[in-house]
Amino acid sequence: MSRRAPLGALMLTLLALLAAPFAHAIAPTRMPTAALEARYERLIHNFRCMQCQDESLANSPVSLAADMRRQIRQMLLAGDTDQQIRHFFVARYGYFILFKPPFVLKTAWLWLAPGVLLAIGTVSALWVIRRRAALVAGDDEDEFLDDGLTGPRKHP
Amino acid sequence: MIPELGQFALILALLLSVLQAFFGIAGPALGRERWTAAVIPAVAGQFVMVSTAMGCLMAAFIGNDFSVRYVAENSNSALPLFYRIAGVWGAHSGSLLLWIFLLACWTLAAAIGTARLPRNFAARVLGVLGTISIGFLLYTLITSNPFVRLDPPWADGMGLNPILQDPGLAAHPPVLYTGYVGLAVAFAFAGAALLEGRLDREWARWTRPWATTAWAFLTCGITLGSWWAYYTLGWGGFWFWDPVENASFMPWLMGTALIHSLAVTEKRGLFKSWTLLLAVLGFSLSLIGTFLVRSGVLISVHSFVASPGRGEFILTFLVIMIGAALALYAWRAPQMQSEAGFELSARESFLLFNNILLVTACGTIFAGEMAPIISIALHLGKLSVGPPYFNPTFLVSMLPLLVLVPFGMHARWKRGGLGERGRTLSIALAAAALIGCAVAFGVFTGAGILSPVSMTLGAWIILASLIDPIDRLRRRIAIPRAVLGMTVAHIGLGVFVIAMTAVQGFTAEQDVALTRGMSARDGGYTFQFERIKPLHGPNYGGAEAKILVSRNGKPVTVMYPQKRTYWVQHMVTTHSAIDINGGSNILVALGQDLGDGRWSFRLQVRPLVLYIWIGALIMAAGGLLAITDRRYRLAESRETAAAGPLPAAGTGS
Repeated sequence: MSRRAPLGALMLTLLALLAAPFAHAIAPTRMPTAALEARYERLIHNFRCMQCQDESLANSPVSLAADMRRQIRQMLLAGDTDQQIRHFFVARYGYFILFKPPFVLKTAWLWLAPGVLLAIGTVSALWVIRRRAALVAGDDEDEFLDDGLTGPRKHP
Repeated sequence: MIPELGQFALILALLLSVLQAFFGIAGPALGRERWTAAVIPAVAGQFVMVSTAMGCLMAAFIGNDFSVRYVAENSNSALPLFYRIAGVWGAHSGSLLLWIFLLACWTLAAAIGTARLPRNFAARVLGVLGTISIGFLLYTLITSNPFVRLDPPWADGMGLNPILQDPGLAAHPPVLYTGYVGLAVAFAFAGAALLEGRLDREWARWTRPWATTAWAFLTCGITLGSWWAYYTLGWGGFWFWDPVENASFMPWLMGTALIHSLAVTEKRGLFKSWTLLLAVLGFSLSLIGTFLVRSGVLISVHSFVASPGRGEFILTFLVIMIGAALALYAWRAPQMQSEAGFELSARESFLLFNNILLVTACGTIFAGEMAPIISIALHLGKLSVGPPYFNPTFLVSMLPLLVLVPFGMHARWKRGGLGERGRTLSIALAAAALIGCAVAFGVFTGAGILSPVSMTLGAWIILASLIDPIDRLRRRIAIPRAVLGMTVAHIGLGVFVIAMTAVQGFTAEQDVALTRGMSARDGGYTFQFERIKPLHGPNYGGAEAKILVSRNGKPVTVMYPQKRTYWVQHMVTTHSAIDINGGSNILVALGQDLGDGRWSFRLQVRPLVLYIWIGALIMAAGGLLAITDRRYRLAESRETAAAGPLPAAGTGS
């Protein structure tokens, strides 16, 4: 077994250099203030890694992501706003880099979809209920509906 | 020889599934009783053939037969036996065979379970299942045959994807697929009702156990996947809104809507066509999920099975299957009107809104899932949709749903209102608000506005679920299994909501660099880096750190996070160390060697995270409990007595 140890160490070093998609970056950084640290964390979680399949910059192990994290750190320290940092990256990589799609003409439908779906659903449900409420009087099914589960207690 | 036997068995299975589909659909339609009766032998034969094929592939894996391409690409002689078996579904072709095998199992179960139902209906159910078998068997044989040989055989295999070499993930695909495929049974019941042009409460009662079982398996499968992601991906997350996760979550949401809609259909004979539509959509989303994952159109953590050419076949199959179902639906559904009525405050209304909200959530995820694909198709550029989209939009429909759950459990049918339960529910809400705020502000610190609200909702759901069983116990009335199951499932939901809130609001997490002997603080705990040593596994090497965890100077636990390097694939995986301490999970993940004896670590203290999965499992247990209700069994035997010889219902018209 001990024969394998140096080989293991070698492999480990080798592999640390390779981009392996399932080993996540664990990258300690310290920003001078807690506010900057929080902004940094939020930014790196909301940008995607350009080389991985579905990873944020925060978790990507590849070196491009490390460079981008460094860039964000420097911009934050230089006093750039989140907005400016976002513009900087979108200008280079397009909207693809944002995990949060922007609200622009091309993507408006995506942001409106939940509200529109909910509105359509609610209106149709209310319409169905109105129609059904009119049928209550003519519906004589009553006896077995509340099997002691709710409401008025029936005596057998 | 064995692989050829498997291949031959698959071809025979295909022929038998054609017979199954033909006899099952044509027999009842043309009123030919002998054709109808021939369905059962076809089902049994198909099951035997598919099991044989599955056994052959397994034998090839266990026997290290590297002359089979699929085995050579996904196994290795150094792989432990357990993972050689799990390797069967480790990649595309084998997981399809697993899909087919589970479909054969469900079909056999459906044949046994429907034996007491009217013969024509049972045959139609099996016929529809046969058409699904045809599609998947053709797909496997044409595009992804797992039995293809290599000439010359390889000396050794390439090994199994290391991320799959984990007990949790080895079990994840079979459980999840059992749920996916189970939705096929609900779909087949809907298909049979559509073919028959008849749908009544009996139908809903027959269908419910199947839909609920499928839903419970889907719940367990998703939970297993999430738990696995938490402890192996090394960053301590449990849900990423990854496209493939979404692909399994959408059928789950539809399935949840379906089991609630079925409750109304059984009780009141209402929402018939809506229930059918949900059954069709639920299974369609399973197929779409399979298509999205297999076709490679998605960019995802899970896309290790991507294979673009194969997507077209599934897409075609999808269009035929869903198209036929929807056409049949459009034709038959208008005939299925009911004249029952209900008020705005009736349970029917709450269950209707439950469905609207679940389907809205599903539609929202679908929009987010498809947006990158649509954006490329319309030449609008590449687009990413991640957690910052899914988290808030999902809450838009889920928060109202949580508010409605207690009402839905207690509102009266038809005429509506809460009756005397209104007061009890208010007291429960007051108690829940107290608990919610106490936990959000007292136990934890730094709560926002959302935490106390959703804590309160979670607690309210739990308390509201308990009202009815307690009431029944006090009045010494028996609690039917269905009621008990519903109670348990909703308690699971409450536990899940509370845990999720705690985790989202109160996680302490940081990445640190430590040298030996140094320590760091996180979430009230102190972590001391004791040492690091090389790791020797059967087919991997790596490093293991030893971390002493203490709190206020008192030792709490010792943790050993690992980083593994799998030799064969040259792949590094993280095995976080996890300790459960007083309701919190402490997680330490080992990062990389930073030089000079410094290593990076991720330290994370997540309160109640364990209860996210426990809550989900309680939900699934509730579902399984509900299907053991007496009426599902009684109803069937009464049916046999009443049914007698049935006329061939409507000659296909």
